[in-house]
Amino acid sequence: MKHTIRQVFHSGKFVFGFSILMGILLIVVIYPLIVPDPPLRIIAQGTFFEPGIYVNVYDSITAPKYTLNLEEAAAKRIASRLSKDDRIAMRDWLVASGVPEDEIDIDDTALLLDLWETHFDPKVNIPGMTNAKRNYYIRLNASLSGLLATEAAIIAAKDASTGALTEKSTITQSDYVNVSRVANVRFLPLGTDNFGRDVLTELVTAARVSLQIGFIAGIIATLIGLTLGLLAGYIGGLVDDIIMFFTNLFTVIPGLVLLILISFSIGQDKRGATTIAIVIGLTSWYWTTRAVRAQVISLRNRDHVNLSKLSGHSIVHIILKDILPYIASYVVMAMILQISSAILAEAGLSILGLGPRTTEVPTLGLMMNWAMIYYAHTLGKWWAYLPVLITIALITFSMNLMNTGLDQVFNPALRE
Amino acid sequence: MKGYRKYFLNKLGWFLVTLVFAFILNFTLPRLMPGDPVAAIVSRMAQGMSDATGVRAIYQQYTELFGTNKPMVEQFFIYVRNVLRGDFGYSISMYPRTVASAIKSSIGWTIALQFPAIVTGWLIGNTLGALAAYLKKGFDKVLMPISIFASNFPAFGMAVILMVIFGVTLEWFPTSGGYGFDLIPEFSWKFIWSVITHYQLPFWSIVLVSIGGQAIGMRSMAIYELNADYVKYARFMGIKDRKIIGYVFRNAMLPQITGLAMAIGTMAGGALVAEIVFSYPGIGYTLLNGVMGQDYPLISASTLMITIMVLIANFTIEILYGVIDPRIKAVQAD
Repeated sequence: MKHTIRQVFHSGKFVFGFSILMGILLIVVIYPLIVPDPPLRIIAQGTFFEPGIYVNVYDSITAPKYTLNLEEAAAKRIASRLSKDDRIAMRDWLVASGVPEDEIDIDDTALLLDLWETHFDPKVNIPGMTNAKRNYYIRLNASLSGLLATEAAIIAAKDASTGALTEKSTITQSDYVNVSRVANVRFLPLGTDNFGRDVLTELVTAARVSLQIGFIAGIIATLIGLTLGLLAGYIGGLVDDIIMFFTNLFTVIPGLVLLILISFSIGQDKRGATTIAIVIGLTSWYWTTRAVRAQVISLRNRDHVNLSKLSGHSIVHIILKDILPYIASYVVMAMILQISSAILAEAGLSILGLGPRTTEVPTLGLMMNWAMIYYAHTLGKWWAYLPVLITIALITFSMNLMNTGLDQVFNPALRE
Repeated sequence: MKGYRKYFLNKLGWFLVTLVFAFILNFTLPRLMPGDPVAAIVSRMAQGMSDATGVRAIYQQYTELFGTNKPMVEQFFIYVRNVLRGDFGYSISMYPRTVASAIKSSIGWTIALQFPAIVTGWLIGNTLGALAAYLKKGFDKVLMPISIFASNFPAFGMAVILMVIFGVTLEWFPTSGGYGFDLIPEFSWKFIWSVITHYQLPFWSIVLVSIGGQAIGMRSMAIYELNADYVKYARFMGIKDRKIIGYVFRNAMLPQITGLAMAIGTMAGGALVAEIVFSYPGIGYTLLNGVMGQDYPLISASTLMITIMVLIANFTIEILYGVIDPRIKAVQAD
């Protein structure tokens, strides 16, 4: 046993796959200790906030100020408020309103703004311009005011009874706050999803739940498959025929179809993550049965089994002591594959809207489903679906890599 | 020939038994759903109606129409009779459209998409796997990890990524539907071109997903065969490598064909998901609509069609296998 394990850990593929999986498990266990938020709490008002560090504006006004004189500050400020696309759009408008094109230099901000201020009039109708485009120009115009200003901005407080404003403080252009001195800063490494929930927190929980679903389904499928395979292979005869009848039946009927039908008939309210796991386990045992049976048949007439039979050992004893140890490696390999395909099955079901009910826990499939329903992929909100896909792929990839590694250890023909 | 007939009849019998079993499952499972689907449409139809007797009359009319007032066993036999006539009843979510018309308009799309895609994926996968086993070294080192990664990549994931890269970012291909939404199906170049461009992304996403698994299978089969005694013997005899390779891959191919027969159900499942991602107007998309609309006649009919298609494909492969592998005839003739 010890020797076998040592041999397994000498296989590069196995170790690589194992480390990825352990890494994911570690994150899943440790992350909730650091960020204890409930995964489905809606924190953002609005959909699909970009990944980044969110600094509370109100708190940063009162936070201690530091003066830094940085050279490129002004240029960056202008660039962030007036993008290249906006400049091109401004030139287009100016050209359409009759300004000769060679007079416009979109890289010279002061000149461009000057031209814009003298010529732009929201009431002018430019032929062929849609209403949306016109509104865009009006918004752009509003955002341009004060772009080149160098004075300080004033923070004022409003008197509750008179409504008069009194100056509280001023903010000059070279004022900085230290992010660590601002009371409320929230780091959203993967932004928020369509419901305004923190994607990373959700993803970690989803990975945990999906792994749980995979393990439950994999264990159920392996137990059923192992029991039936042992019975069919060792006892043979009528038992074998009956078991093989059902095994063949389930092999040809597409698994997804069965899953769809069963999940649909369970109904939305009763579909918890565990229920889905059990259903997946109950519909995927057949190929473990097939593999175990084939192994057992080849073992059945070995000398040591016959000797055990002659010694009067019971069937249970023979199966446990003389057969099971020989097929243990196959069973472990089959279980790893069952777990990874169960995770994929859950995701497939959830995409169809037949996954676990959505009120309690996220799963990787559900997150994918939400992202698809809200068109995250066509809107370019990559953080809502890409991390989910990568997580699914990493989990299944690591498991299959472990499986390939094991295969090479136990199946010498495949070794290089 | 006698041996082959026995094999054929055996497979045919098996095909029919599975079909009956699948049919029963298809009928029963969706009808176990809690809640009354008829009540759902009635409440939709009777929106704004305040007259209780009127609502009840509508309800009765619909239970009669869908036959939900009869016992389950009777419903089953009526269903069998109707299905044999090609009548799947009315769709609940698309009422008054019949299920048969919804299925008829989608089944062609599914067959035209999945059949070529699965065959192409299988062929490319096997070629790559055989090459990896034969060339070894660098090719194998690169191909294997990629294959393992690709074969574990979820089908919808591949579909989404292809869609984002080629549909949304590069805008080479349209992202959804079977043809341009502004076109009516007709026999014109414009329409055919639109169908072809809409076909590419779903097709390649199915192909790419199926390549990996096939390549891995073929590689290990071919390595196993390359180490077989007959290969060594043939080498000692001085037979040319090229000729030996021919034998080896023919032998390695046979288990791959059985593998295809067994995997076709899973592959069809993945392909259905690809249809859903691309809103391709096939059975998968119809099924999604059925699930969304709690429409069990539609779900039943869609899953039945998928099962029948898979069973036919499986049956055809096994029949072909019997023709290709001479051992089948030999075993059955004993």
